[in-house]
Amino acid sequence: MSNSHEISGRREFCFTVNGERKTVPAYPMERLLDVLRHQLRLTGTKEGCGEGECGSCAVLMDGILVNSCLVPLLQAQNANILTIEGLAGAGLHNLQQAFLHCGGTQCGICTPGMILAALYLLKKNPFPTIEDIREGLSGSLCRCTGYMQIFEAVEEAARRQTSDEV
Amino acid sequence: MRSNPRDYQLVAPGTLHAVLSLLAEAPGKWLPIAGGTDLMVLYGAGKLAARNLVSIWSLPELRGIEVLPDQVRIGAGCTYAELREHPVIAREFPLLARAASWTGGTANQNRGTIGGNIVNASPAADSLPALLVYEAELILVSVRGERRVPYLGFHTGYKTTQLAGDELLRAVCLARQFSECLHHTRKVGARSAQAIAKVAIAALGGVAGGRVQEVRIALASVAPVPLRLFETERAVKGKSIDKCLLAAARRATVSEIRPIDDIRSTARYRSAVSSNLVEEFLRRLSAGAPI
Repeated sequence: MSNSHEISGRREFCFTVNGERKTVPAYPMERLLDVLRHQLRLTGTKEGCGEGECGSCAVLMDGILVNSCLVPLLQAQNANILTIEGLAGAGLHNLQQAFLHCGGTQCGICTPGMILAALYLLKKNPFPTIEDIREGLSGSLCRCTGYMQIFEAVEEAARRQTSDEV
Repeated sequence: MRSNPRDYQLVAPGTLHAVLSLLAEAPGKWLPIAGGTDLMVLYGAGKLAARNLVSIWSLPELRGIEVLPDQVRIGAGCTYAELREHPVIAREFPLLARAASWTGGTANQNRGTIGGNIVNASPAADSLPALLVYEAELILVSVRGERRVPYLGFHTGYKTTQLAGDELLRAVCLARQFSECLHHTRKVGARSAQAIAKVAIAALGGVAGGRVQEVRIALASVAPVPLRLFETERAVKGKSIDKCLLAAARRATVSEIRPIDDIRSTARYRSAVSSNLVEEFLRRLSAGAPI
Protein backbone atom coordinates (compact mmCIF):
# COMPACT_ATOMS: atom_id res chain seq x y z
CA MET A 1 0.00 0.00 0.00
CA SER A 2 3.06 2.23 0.10
CA ASN A 3 2.18 4.03 -3.11
CA SER A 4 -1.51 4.33 -2.38
CA HIS A 5 -1.21 8.10 -2.01
CA GLU A 6 -0.51 8.38 -5.71
CA ILE A 7 -4.00 7.14 -6.44
CA SER A 8 -6.40 9.99 -5.93
CA GLY A 9 -9.36 9.25 -8.16
CA ARG A 10 -12.37 7.03 -8.00
CA ARG A 11 -11.66 3.43 -7.21
CA GLU A 12 -13.36 0.34 -5.87
CA PHE A 13 -14.09 -0.13 -2.19
CA CYS A 14 -15.21 -3.39 -0.64
CA PHE A 15 -17.15 -3.84 2.54
CA THR A 16 -19.95 -5.92 3.96
CA VAL A 17 -23.37 -4.39 4.47
CA ASN A 18 -26.02 -6.35 6.36
CA GLY A 19 -24.17 -9.58 5.65
CA GLU A 20 -23.73 -8.97 1.91
CA ARG A 21 -20.37 -8.28 0.35
CA LYS A 22 -20.48 -5.02 -1.64
CA THR A 23 -18.03 -3.47 -4.07
CA VAL A 24 -18.66 0.15 -5.02
CA PRO A 25 -16.72 2.62 -7.14
CA ALA A 26 -16.23 5.77 -5.09
CA TYR A 27 -13.85 8.51 -3.96
CA PRO A 28 -12.06 7.84 -0.67
CA MET A 29 -13.54 10.97 0.97
CA GLU A 30 -17.14 10.12 0.11
CA ARG A 31 -19.19 9.90 3.25
CA LEU A 32 -20.28 6.39 4.18
CA LEU A 33 -23.78 7.85 4.58
CA ASP A 34 -23.93 8.96 0.93
CA VAL A 35 -22.65 5.64 -0.38
CA LEU A 36 -25.24 3.75 1.67
CA ARG A 37 -28.09 5.97 0.56
CA HIS A 38 -27.24 6.83 -3.03
CA GLN A 39 -25.23 3.93 -4.34
CA LEU A 40 -26.64 1.05 -2.32
CA ARG A 41 -30.14 2.58 -2.06
CA LEU A 42 -30.27 1.81 1.66
CA THR A 43 -32.31 4.88 2.50
CA GLY A 44 -33.26 3.66 5.98
CA THR A 45 -30.16 5.47 7.22
CA LYS A 46 -31.21 9.14 7.40
CA GLU A 47 -29.31 12.38 7.12
CA GLY A 48 -30.33 14.89 9.76
CA CYS A 49 -27.69 17.48 10.57
CA GLY A 50 -24.74 16.13 8.58
CA GLU A 51 -22.38 17.15 11.36
CA GLY A 52 -22.49 14.34 13.90
CA GLU A 53 -24.89 16.07 16.27
CA CYS A 54 -28.21 14.30 15.69
CA GLY A 55 -27.50 10.58 15.33
CA SER A 56 -30.00 10.01 12.48
CA CYS A 57 -27.27 8.47 10.32
CA ALA A 58 -25.98 6.09 13.01
CA VAL A 59 -24.93 2.62 11.86
CA LEU A 60 -22.79 -0.10 13.38
CA MET A 61 -19.33 -0.37 11.83
CA ASP A 62 -17.50 -3.51 12.98
CA GLY A 63 -19.94 -3.63 15.87
CA ILE A 64 -19.30 -0.04 16.96
CA LEU A 65 -21.93 2.71 16.82
CA VAL A 66 -20.76 5.51 14.49
CA ASN A 67 -22.32 8.48 12.73
CA SER A 68 -22.01 7.55 9.06
CA CYS A 69 -21.97 11.23 8.01
CA LEU A 70 -18.55 11.51 9.69
CA VAL A 71 -16.98 8.36 8.21
CA PRO A 72 -14.96 8.78 5.01
CA LEU A 73 -15.45 5.69 2.88
CA LEU A 74 -11.77 4.79 2.94
CA GLN A 75 -12.09 4.14 6.68
CA ALA A 76 -14.97 1.72 6.02
CA GLN A 77 -12.85 -0.37 3.63
CA ASN A 78 -13.33 -4.09 4.51
CA ALA A 79 -15.58 -3.15 7.44
CA ASN A 80 -18.75 -4.92 8.45
CA ILE A 81 -21.65 -2.45 8.39
CA LEU A 82 -25.08 -2.95 9.90
CA THR A 83 -27.88 -0.58 8.90
CA ILE A 84 -31.52 -0.60 9.97
CA GLU A 85 -32.36 -2.70 6.90
CA GLY A 86 -30.24 -5.54 8.26
CA LEU A 87 -31.93 -5.74 11.63
CA ALA A 88 -35.15 -7.67 11.00
CA GLY A 89 -34.93 -11.40 10.43
CA ALA A 90 -38.04 -13.43 9.57
CA GLY A 91 -39.97 -11.07 11.85
CA LEU A 92 -39.24 -7.67 13.33
CA HIS A 93 -36.34 -7.37 15.73
CA ASN A 94 -37.17 -7.19 19.42
CA LEU A 95 -36.30 -3.46 19.47
CA GLN A 96 -38.47 -2.72 16.42
CA GLN A 97 -41.41 -4.50 18.06
CA ALA A 98 -40.88 -2.56 21.27
CA PHE A 99 -40.77 0.78 19.40
CA LEU A 100 -44.04 -0.15 17.68
CA HIS A 101 -45.67 -1.30 20.88
CA CYS A 102 -44.65 1.73 22.94
CA GLY A 103 -45.27 4.37 20.27
CA GLY A 104 -41.54 5.12 20.07
CA THR A 105 -41.92 6.33 16.49
CA GLN A 106 -43.52 9.55 15.29
CA CYS A 107 -42.19 11.08 12.06
CA GLY A 108 -39.61 8.30 11.83
CA ILE A 109 -36.52 10.27 10.84
CA CYS A 110 -34.65 9.62 14.08
CA THR A 111 -35.96 6.06 14.49
CA PRO A 112 -33.30 4.06 12.58
CA GLY A 113 -30.51 5.85 14.45
CA MET A 114 -32.35 5.51 17.76
CA ILE A 115 -32.80 1.78 17.23
CA LEU A 116 -29.16 1.23 16.29
CA ALA A 117 -28.02 3.30 19.29
CA ALA A 118 -30.34 1.20 21.48
CA LEU A 119 -29.03 -2.03 19.91
CA TYR A 120 -25.47 -0.97 20.69
CA LEU A 121 -26.43 -0.01 24.24
CA LEU A 122 -28.19 -3.32 24.95
CA LYS A 123 -25.27 -5.26 23.50
CA LYS A 124 -22.87 -3.53 25.91
CA ASN A 125 -25.27 -3.33 28.82
CA PRO A 126 -28.15 -5.86 28.76
CA PHE A 127 -29.60 -4.49 32.03
CA PRO A 128 -29.61 -0.72 31.56
CA THR A 129 -31.11 1.68 34.09
CA ILE A 130 -33.23 4.52 32.76
CA GLU A 131 -30.19 6.77 33.22
CA ASP A 132 -28.06 4.37 31.12
CA ILE A 133 -30.74 4.49 28.40
CA ARG A 134 -30.90 8.29 28.47
CA GLU A 135 -27.13 8.48 28.19
CA GLY A 136 -26.87 5.75 25.57
CA LEU A 137 -29.38 7.58 23.38
CA SER A 138 -28.16 11.11 24.17
CA GLY A 139 -26.43 11.37 20.79
CA SER A 140 -29.77 10.83 18.98
CA LEU A 141 -32.14 13.77 18.69
CA CYS A 142 -35.90 13.41 18.19
CA ARG A 143 -37.45 16.64 16.95
CA CYS A 144 -40.96 15.28 17.57
CA THR A 145 -39.66 15.16 21.18
CA GLY A 146 -41.12 11.70 21.76
CA TYR A 147 -38.31 10.77 24.09
CA MET A 148 -40.37 9.20 26.87
CA GLN A 149 -41.93 6.59 24.58
CA ILE A 150 -38.52 5.92 23.05
CA PHE A 151 -36.96 5.32 26.47
CA GLU A 152 -39.93 3.10 27.41
CA ALA A 153 -39.45 1.11 24.20
CA VAL A 154 -35.79 0.48 25.02
CA GLU A 155 -36.74 -0.55 28.58
CA GLU A 156 -39.31 -2.95 27.18
CA ALA A 157 -36.86 -4.38 24.65
CA ALA A 158 -34.33 -4.91 27.44
CA ARG A 159 -36.94 -6.71 29.54
CA ARG A 160 -38.02 -8.91 26.63
CA GLN A 161 -34.46 -9.68 25.65
CA THR A 162 -33.65 -10.71 29.21
CA SER A 163 -36.75 -12.82 29.68
CA ASP A 164 -36.21 -14.49 26.29
CA GLU A 165 -32.70 -15.40 27.31
CA VAL A 166 -33.61 -16.70 30.75
CA MET B 1 -22.20 24.17 0.39
CA ARG B 2 -21.12 20.56 0.72
CA SER B 3 -17.61 19.55 -0.31
CA ASN B 4 -17.05 17.55 -3.47
CA PRO B 5 -15.17 14.30 -2.70
CA ARG B 6 -13.45 14.63 -6.08
CA ASP B 7 -11.49 17.59 -4.75
CA TYR B 8 -9.99 15.66 -1.86
CA GLN B 9 -7.32 13.07 -1.56
CA LEU B 10 -7.38 10.59 1.32
CA VAL B 11 -4.82 7.86 1.81
CA ALA B 12 -4.24 5.20 4.46
CA PRO B 13 -0.63 4.04 4.42
CA GLY B 14 -1.43 1.59 7.24
CA THR B 15 1.65 1.88 9.46
CA LEU B 16 3.07 4.69 11.58
CA HIS B 17 6.35 4.54 9.68
CA ALA B 18 4.60 4.94 6.33
CA VAL B 19 2.51 7.86 7.62
CA LEU B 20 5.60 9.62 8.99
CA SER B 21 7.48 9.09 5.72
CA LEU B 22 4.57 10.64 3.84
CA LEU B 23 4.48 13.63 6.22
CA ALA B 24 8.26 14.05 5.85
CA GLU B 25 8.13 14.10 2.02
CA ALA B 26 6.21 17.36 2.05
CA PRO B 27 5.84 18.82 5.56
CA GLY B 28 2.52 20.59 5.96
CA LYS B 29 0.97 19.06 2.84
CA TRP B 30 -0.90 16.23 4.54
CA LEU B 31 -3.47 16.62 7.29
CA PRO B 32 -3.85 13.57 9.54
CA ILE B 33 -7.44 12.45 10.12
CA ALA B 34 -8.42 10.00 12.87
CA GLY B 35 -12.10 9.48 13.76
CA GLY B 36 -13.23 12.52 11.77
CA THR B 37 -15.44 14.01 14.49
CA ASP B 38 -13.98 17.47 13.81
CA LEU B 39 -12.60 17.32 10.27
CA MET B 40 -15.59 15.56 8.71
CA VAL B 41 -17.88 18.23 10.18
CA LEU B 42 -15.84 20.88 8.36
CA TYR B 43 -15.79 18.70 5.24
CA GLY B 44 -19.55 18.25 5.32
CA ALA B 45 -20.00 22.01 5.57
CA GLY B 46 -17.62 22.68 2.66
CA LYS B 47 -15.11 24.35 5.00
CA LEU B 48 -12.23 21.88 5.08
CA ALA B 49 -9.33 23.85 3.60
CA ALA B 50 -6.85 20.95 3.55
CA ARG B 51 -7.18 18.90 0.36
CA ASN B 52 -4.75 16.09 1.17
CA LEU B 53 -5.59 13.89 4.11
CA VAL B 54 -3.86 10.88 5.58
CA SER B 55 -5.88 8.49 7.69
CA ILE B 56 -4.36 7.55 11.05
CA TRP B 57 -7.56 5.85 12.28
CA SER B 58 -6.78 2.43 13.75
CA LEU B 59 -3.01 2.75 13.34
CA PRO B 60 -1.91 0.10 15.85
CA GLU B 61 1.04 2.22 17.05
CA LEU B 62 -1.33 4.93 18.26
CA ARG B 63 -3.78 2.68 20.07
CA GLY B 64 -3.98 1.44 23.60
CA ILE B 65 -3.42 2.62 27.16
CA GLU B 66 -0.21 1.40 28.73
CA VAL B 67 -0.10 1.35 32.52
CA LEU B 68 3.46 1.64 33.86
CA PRO B 69 4.45 1.76 37.54
CA ASP B 70 4.89 5.54 37.62
CA GLN B 71 2.85 6.74 34.65
CA VAL B 72 0.05 5.98 32.24
CA ARG B 73 0.78 6.29 28.55
CA ILE B 74 -2.32 6.92 26.44
CA GLY B 75 -2.00 6.39 22.68
CA ALA B 76 -3.08 9.46 20.72
CA GLY B 77 -5.58 7.30 18.82
CA CYS B 78 -7.34 6.24 22.02
CA THR B 79 -11.05 7.06 21.79
CA TYR B 80 -13.18 8.73 24.46
CA ALA B 81 -15.06 5.42 24.85
CA GLU B 82 -11.78 3.63 25.60
CA LEU B 83 -10.69 6.38 27.99
CA ARG B 84 -13.87 6.45 30.05
CA GLU B 85 -14.02 2.66 30.30
CA HIS B 86 -10.41 2.16 31.40
CA PRO B 87 -10.27 1.22 35.10
CA VAL B 88 -6.97 3.00 35.88
CA ILE B 89 -8.06 6.19 34.11
CA ALA B 90 -11.41 6.08 35.93
CA ARG B 91 -9.76 5.53 39.32
CA GLU B 92 -6.67 7.73 39.17
CA PHE B 93 -7.55 10.34 36.55
CA PRO B 94 -11.28 10.85 37.07
CA LEU B 95 -11.18 14.35 35.55
CA LEU B 96 -10.18 12.81 32.23
CA ALA B 97 -12.65 9.91 32.45
CA ARG B 98 -15.44 12.35 33.29
CA ALA B 99 -14.50 14.71 30.45
CA ALA B 100 -14.45 11.76 28.04
CA SER B 101 -17.92 10.71 29.20
CA TRP B 102 -19.47 14.09 28.42
CA THR B 103 -17.77 14.63 25.06
CA GLY B 104 -20.56 14.20 22.50
CA GLY B 105 -22.78 11.09 22.50
CA THR B 106 -21.86 7.43 22.19
CA ALA B 107 -21.17 7.47 18.44
CA ASN B 108 -18.78 10.41 18.71
CA GLN B 109 -17.11 8.90 21.77
CA ASN B 110 -16.48 5.78 19.68
CA ARG B 111 -14.66 7.82 17.02
CA GLY B 112 -13.27 10.93 18.69
CA THR B 113 -9.69 10.53 19.94
CA ILE B 114 -7.70 12.23 22.67
CA GLY B 115 -4.98 13.05 20.15
CA GLY B 116 -7.53 14.71 17.91
CA ASN B 117 -8.88 16.73 20.81
CA ILE B 118 -5.36 18.00 21.61
CA VAL B 119 -4.23 18.73 18.06
CA ASN B 120 -7.52 20.31 17.02
CA ALA B 121 -6.71 22.74 19.86
CA SER B 122 -10.15 24.12 20.56
CA PRO B 123 -10.23 26.24 23.73
CA ALA B 124 -13.60 24.59 24.48
CA ALA B 125 -12.30 21.01 24.22
CA ASP B 126 -13.57 18.86 27.10
CA SER B 127 -10.46 16.84 27.91
CA LEU B 128 -7.88 19.63 27.84
CA PRO B 129 -8.38 21.28 31.27
CA ALA B 130 -7.86 17.81 32.81
CA LEU B 131 -4.57 17.44 30.94
CA LEU B 132 -3.43 20.85 32.24
CA VAL B 133 -4.27 19.87 35.81
CA TYR B 134 -2.50 16.51 35.55
CA GLU B 135 0.48 18.24 33.87
CA ALA B 136 0.48 15.80 30.97
CA GLU B 137 3.52 15.27 28.79
CA LEU B 138 3.14 14.72 25.05
CA ILE B 139 5.22 12.45 22.87
CA LEU B 140 5.59 13.85 19.35
CA VAL B 141 7.06 11.67 16.62
CA SER B 142 8.48 12.19 13.13
CA VAL B 143 11.04 10.42 10.95
CA ARG B 144 13.58 12.55 12.86
CA GLY B 145 12.68 10.72 16.07
CA GLU B 146 10.60 11.33 19.16
CA ARG B 147 10.50 14.34 21.43
CA ARG B 148 8.67 14.94 24.68
CA VAL B 149 7.07 18.28 25.43
CA PRO B 150 4.95 19.42 28.37
CA TYR B 151 1.30 19.75 27.38
CA LEU B 152 1.30 23.12 29.15
CA GLY B 153 2.49 25.49 26.40
CA PHE B 154 1.70 23.10 23.53
CA HIS B 155 -1.03 25.45 22.36
CA THR B 156 0.68 28.59 21.12
CA GLY B 157 -2.51 30.54 20.37
CA TYR B 158 -6.05 30.04 19.13
CA LYS B 159 -6.01 26.69 17.32
CA THR B 160 -2.23 26.73 16.88
CA THR B 161 0.26 24.26 18.39
CA GLN B 162 3.95 23.40 18.63
CA LEU B 163 3.47 20.44 16.27
CA ALA B 164 5.82 20.65 13.26
CA GLY B 165 4.56 19.93 9.73
CA ASP B 166 6.14 16.47 9.66
CA GLU B 167 5.16 15.51 13.19
CA LEU B 168 2.37 13.42 14.65
CA LEU B 169 1.17 13.33 18.24
CA ARG B 170 1.92 9.80 19.36
CA ALA B 171 0.98 9.57 23.04
CA VAL B 172 -0.04 11.43 26.19
CA CYS B 173 1.75 10.58 29.44
CA LEU B 174 0.25 11.17 32.87
CA ALA B 175 2.23 10.77 36.11
CA ARG B 176 0.47 8.50 38.64
CA GLN B 177 0.75 10.83 41.62
CA PHE B 178 -2.68 12.27 42.28
CA SER B 179 -4.55 9.48 44.05
CA GLU B 180 -4.46 11.35 47.39
CA CYS B 181 -5.95 14.53 45.91
CA LEU B 182 -9.51 15.69 45.60
CA HIS B 183 -10.50 15.87 41.91
CA HIS B 184 -13.25 18.25 40.88
CA THR B 185 -14.81 18.94 37.48
CA ARG B 186 -17.92 20.51 36.08
CA LYS B 187 -19.09 21.58 32.63
CA VAL B 188 -21.59 24.36 32.09
CA GLY B 189 -23.34 24.06 28.73
CA ALA B 190 -26.74 24.51 27.10
CA ARG B 191 -27.67 20.87 27.74
CA SER B 192 -25.90 17.95 29.35
CA ALA B 193 -25.30 15.91 26.17
CA GLN B 194 -23.83 16.93 22.79
CA ALA B 195 -23.24 20.53 23.89
CA ILE B 196 -19.97 22.43 23.71
CA ALA B 197 -18.96 24.08 26.99
CA LYS B 198 -19.76 27.70 27.78
CA VAL B 199 -17.25 27.22 30.61
CA ALA B 200 -15.77 24.08 32.15
CA ILE B 201 -13.47 23.53 35.13
CA ALA B 202 -11.06 20.77 36.05
CA ALA B 203 -9.23 21.06 39.34
CA LEU B 204 -7.49 19.06 42.01
CA GLY B 205 -6.24 19.87 45.46
CA GLY B 206 -5.46 18.78 48.94
CA VAL B 207 -5.85 20.40 52.35
CA ALA B 208 -3.64 19.62 55.37
CA GLY B 209 -3.66 21.31 58.75
CA GLY B 210 -6.50 23.53 57.58
CA ARG B 211 -4.43 24.98 54.73
CA VAL B 212 -4.43 24.40 50.98
CA GLN B 213 -1.32 22.31 50.24
CA GLU B 214 -1.80 21.32 46.62
CA VAL B 215 -4.01 23.13 44.15
CA ARG B 216 -4.32 23.10 40.37
CA ILE B 217 -7.17 24.72 38.47
CA ALA B 218 -7.86 24.88 34.71
CA LEU B 219 -10.76 26.26 32.70
CA ALA B 220 -12.08 25.71 29.15
CA SER B 221 -13.69 28.36 26.94
CA VAL B 222 -12.32 31.40 28.77
CA ALA B 223 -9.24 32.25 26.66
CA PRO B 224 -7.82 31.47 23.18
CA VAL B 225 -6.33 28.30 24.70
CA PRO B 226 -7.37 26.02 27.56
CA LEU B 227 -6.13 27.95 30.58
CA ARG B 228 -4.33 26.97 33.77
CA LEU B 229 -5.14 29.52 36.50
CA PHE B 230 -1.70 30.00 38.03
CA GLU B 231 -2.54 33.38 39.62
CA THR B 232 -5.61 31.97 41.32
CA GLU B 233 -3.61 28.97 42.52
CA ARG B 234 -0.96 31.32 44.00
CA ALA B 235 -3.70 33.31 45.72
CA VAL B 236 -4.98 30.25 47.61
CA LYS B 237 -1.95 28.03 48.14
CA GLY B 238 -0.85 27.76 51.78
CA LYS B 239 -3.92 29.62 53.02
CA SER B 240 -6.96 28.46 54.93
CA ILE B 241 -10.24 28.60 53.01
CA ASP B 242 -12.49 31.30 54.41
CA LYS B 243 -14.78 33.99 53.00
CA CYS B 244 -11.89 36.37 52.49
CA LEU B 245 -9.91 33.77 50.53
CA LEU B 246 -12.92 32.89 48.37
CA ALA B 247 -13.29 36.58 47.44
CA ALA B 248 -9.57 36.82 46.64
CA ALA B 249 -9.81 33.66 44.48
CA ARG B 250 -12.78 35.09 42.58
CA ARG B 251 -10.89 38.33 41.90
CA ALA B 252 -7.79 36.44 40.74
CA THR B 253 -9.89 34.25 38.44
CA VAL B 254 -11.63 37.16 36.77
CA SER B 255 -8.34 39.00 36.32
CA GLU B 256 -6.51 36.12 34.61
CA ILE B 257 -9.17 34.80 32.22
CA ARG B 258 -9.81 36.40 28.83
CA PRO B 259 -13.33 35.35 27.86
CA ILE B 260 -15.10 36.54 24.70
CA ASP B 261 -18.65 36.90 23.41
CA ASP B 262 -19.46 34.19 20.87
CA ILE B 263 -22.36 32.01 19.66
CA ARG B 264 -22.42 30.02 22.89
CA SER B 265 -22.15 32.68 25.56
CA THR B 266 -20.96 36.15 26.57
CA ALA B 267 -17.76 37.32 28.21
CA ARG B 268 -19.74 38.68 31.16
CA TYR B 269 -21.56 35.40 31.77
CA ARG B 270 -18.32 33.44 31.43
CA SER B 271 -16.57 35.65 34.00
CA ALA B 272 -19.38 35.22 36.51
CA VAL B 273 -19.58 31.46 35.97
CA SER B 274 -15.78 31.04 36.09
CA SER B 275 -15.50 32.63 39.51
CA ASN B 276 -18.53 30.64 40.72
CA LEU B 277 -16.91 27.40 39.53
CA VAL B 278 -13.63 28.24 41.27
CA GLU B 279 -15.49 29.10 44.48
CA GLU B 280 -17.50 25.88 44.29
CA PHE B 281 -14.29 23.87 43.93
CA LEU B 282 -12.67 25.62 46.92
CA ARG B 283 -15.76 25.09 49.07
CA ARG B 284 -15.69 21.39 48.26
CA LEU B 285 -11.97 21.28 48.94
CA SER B 286 -12.61 22.90 52.29
CA ALA B 287 -15.35 20.38 53.12
CA GLY B 288 -13.24 17.47 51.84
CA ALA B 289 -16.08 16.36 49.57
CA PRO B 290 -15.30 14.01 46.69
CA ILE B 291 -16.46 14.79 43.16
